[in-house]
Amino acid sequence: MRIERRLRQPRWLIVAVPAGSLVFAFFASGLVLLATGHDAISSYRKIFDAAFVSKGVLSDTLVAATPLAFTGLAAAAAFRMRLFNIGGEGQLLIGAITAAAAGLYFGGSGGPSAFAIAAMVVAGCAGGAAWALIPGVLRAFFKTNEIITSLMLNYVAAYLLTYLVFNSHSYWRESKGFNAAVFPTSKTLPDSALWPAATVHVRGGIVLPLGAGFALLAAGVLWALYSRTRFGFEAQVLGDSPRAAQYAGMRTRRKILAVMAISGALAGLGGASQDGDFRHTLDADPNGLQRQYYGYAGIVVAALARYNPLAVVLVAFLIGGLQNAGNTLQGVDFPSGLVGVMQGIILFSTLGGELLVRYRIRFGRSRPEAAPAVEPV
Amino acid sequence: MRGITKRFPGVVANDRVDFEAAAGEVHALLGENGAGKSTLSNILTGLYRPDEGEIFLDGRQVQFHAPRDALEAGISMVHQHFRLVEPFTVAENVLLGEQRSFLLRTRSLERRVADLSKRYGLAVEPRARIWQLSLGEQQRVEILKALYREARILILDEPTAVLTPQEAQVLFETLRQMASEGRTVVFISHKLHEVIAVADRVTVLRDGRTVATVDTADATPRSLAALMVGRELSGTVQRQAAELGAAMLELSGVWTPGDRGGEAVRGVSLEVRAGEIVAIAGVAGNGQRELAETITGTRAPSQGSIRVAGKPLRAGDPRAAIAARVAYVPEDRLGVGVAPSVSIAGNLALKSYRGRHASLGPLLRLGRIRERAVELIRHHRIAAPGPHAPARLLSGGNLQKVVLAREFSGEPRLLVAAAPTRGLDVGAIETVHAYLRDAAADGVAVLLISEDLDEILTLADRIAVMYEGAIVGQTARADASVEEIGLLMAGGHDPRED
Repeated sequence: MRIERRLRQPRWLIVAVPAGSLVFAFFASGLVLLATGHDAISSYRKIFDAAFVSKGVLSDTLVAATPLAFTGLAAAAAFRMRLFNIGGEGQLLIGAITAAAAGLYFGGSGGPSAFAIAAMVVAGCAGGAAWALIPGVLRAFFKTNEIITSLMLNYVAAYLLTYLVFNSHSYWRESKGFNAAVFPTSKTLPDSALWPAATVHVRGGIVLPLGAGFALLAAGVLWALYSRTRFGFEAQVLGDSPRAAQYAGMRTRRKILAVMAISGALAGLGGASQDGDFRHTLDADPNGLQRQYYGYAGIVVAALARYNPLAVVLVAFLIGGLQNAGNTLQGVDFPSGLVGVMQGIILFSTLGGELLVRYRIRFGRSRPEAAPAVEPV
Repeated sequence: MRGITKRFPGVVANDRVDFEAAAGEVHALLGENGAGKSTLSNILTGLYRPDEGEIFLDGRQVQFHAPRDALEAGISMVHQHFRLVEPFTVAENVLLGEQRSFLLRTRSLERRVADLSKRYGLAVEPRARIWQLSLGEQQRVEILKALYREARILILDEPTAVLTPQEAQVLFETLRQMASEGRTVVFISHKLHEVIAVADRVTVLRDGRTVATVDTADATPRSLAALMVGRELSGTVQRQAAELGAAMLELSGVWTPGDRGGEAVRGVSLEVRAGEIVAIAGVAGNGQRELAETITGTRAPSQGSIRVAGKPLRAGDPRAAIAARVAYVPEDRLGVGVAPSVSIAGNLALKSYRGRHASLGPLLRLGRIRERAVELIRHHRIAAPGPHAPARLLSGGNLQKVVLAREFSGEPRLLVAAAPTRGLDVGAIETVHAYLRDAAADGVAVLLISEDLDEILTLADRIAVMYEGAIVGQTARADASVEEIGLLMAGGHDPRED
């Protein structure tokens, strides 16, 4: 058996291999299910029902998928330029903090709801972008490794969020009421700062959060940015070969800053969507955003989508469905870890499948067995 | 090696190749790019496994399953692209993979390396870090590695590509010395005079097959060339000096810092006029690359002025150079001249994508870019699978055509070409030379930076020699002698005395 590099990558492979990987993943997960005493087929049916089919479940799937789409897009935006922004987590948290401040401030001022929402979107993007620009500036001007700096800032952001909820003078902390004095919680956003959701009246009603719409829009814009614009071309060249980019007269520092800012803004918008769409407050542990790890899951989503923004949305939806199903089904009969195992297997086989796109495996004689005793020359 | 066959997808790289080299000889492996020399040596060093055929070492059949096996059998190779760990010192690189004990004994190791380098005339400082060394010095480290491992067979893949004639002479002496000690030296090259100068015997490969093995004593450059390309080569044509126009490039007192601290370019003043080819000769690492980068804006000078077509050029800004129609064929094709994973179309548009023909505001006109690429691919006869194929799939010659096609499509006034033919085969070299000649004939000022004196003497109107960052001599081609230039390149004295 030999592994050879493919000279050409046929187009069908790019679709067939991920699909095949997925089938393989389900097969392998099926073995796990069997080993743990479950009927694989019926388990899959249950999962599928709980994720996408049963009445009302699509709404919950969208709740799980929306933040993954944002952090997935954030990772894809940066990773495409080989800028390894691992800080989607922290940027999402900071975006949630700034957006919550904007929502509390403008939502309570009696202005129109649209204004408060717009302010939250801007604040979330700006907060995430600013947080991402810290590793961005360090990378662009001092060549610091952005993986480490962005990762470390995740912890800083998480502690900052906790501090802002616990600190008694904090703008975000709820100060009224007896409970609030004993258990620190954050202020609930005023009604005019809550993001509206559209409801589609099929299968018991599907709630489409505004954030999901933003994510879809952002994916489209990001796709166009990377495939149709000078900016995207420059990012591609810079990601491939910084020296070639410099040679071609591209402004490499600016590009690093811009891409980090875009990446951070997307994650920050995810944070704003958490405030406006789902949580309506900025709470800390144990119920808080810090325990969701959307930022890290987003990296996985982006990798599965091969950094294609449109695919990120799709993958986020599928992974969101799987997580939703896991939450619904978990119990005595269905340990919560099982869905995690399945996710891991899917990730593993999909990334492993990448090999088959770039290489092919050949079976055959690798070297001659014949070794006749001839006088050497 | 007998009946060696190696197939790659779509190509038979070695087709029943027979090759044998005796102990105590320098045996050259001659052939054009793609003739199968590298594949054969990769098989001999255990990097590839042959599909068919047998390898005998000292009369015993051997099978190499991994490079380690070949190393242990005493076969070492100096690759064209060195296998050195850049942040490590010379001594550490020599030791690499040979470490037997847990503790590093740096002192004694350095002493051994110093001894070896003295004995074989391989001047290199054991404590220097690899990234600080010139390519010629790095090559010496590779040879030291082989000597340290007490290799009985040393294979060198195009070793002189990075050397000056003097350095090459020193290398040849080292190789001869190694052969006289009973080692076998396999010398891979496509340069005829070198092969005749250093080798005892030559095996010529063509299209993956063995054409002949001859004694160099009976060979002439012409007979070898005929074997190599299967036809007689036309002699080199000397260029007719063109009518010279206005000064297109004027450098005065340019100083530029290098990567290793200190000034790499030291007070260079130079003029290139329209229609003129000025060549800069010099050993690699004497500031030529930094000079080229200074002129083309990818490196900022600390002092001095650059004028292009009479106007001062904003220093340190590649865009200003591109706007002033300064074309640049960089020394590193893959990585600087071309972004490897970007499509051929993208690479052809690398400098023009900001222009009106390729973009509309922030949007790219992808259709136009593709059409233009198809046109350039056809016009320049670039052998490419298509405009959307990534550039890294192209061969060296075609890659260089992509660079040339792009640079010439910008209608340059000044062309800076750094080592434009390095690593190319005979056919591709002729093509590149034709581009440079035609450019000068069209009134482009050409600054050619090369280490190949033959190339310089064929092409240049004027020759400037660079040594340690400064121009140490300038002469018109008509008055030039190889010996004098060689002497200047080596700093005015024989490098063997170092």
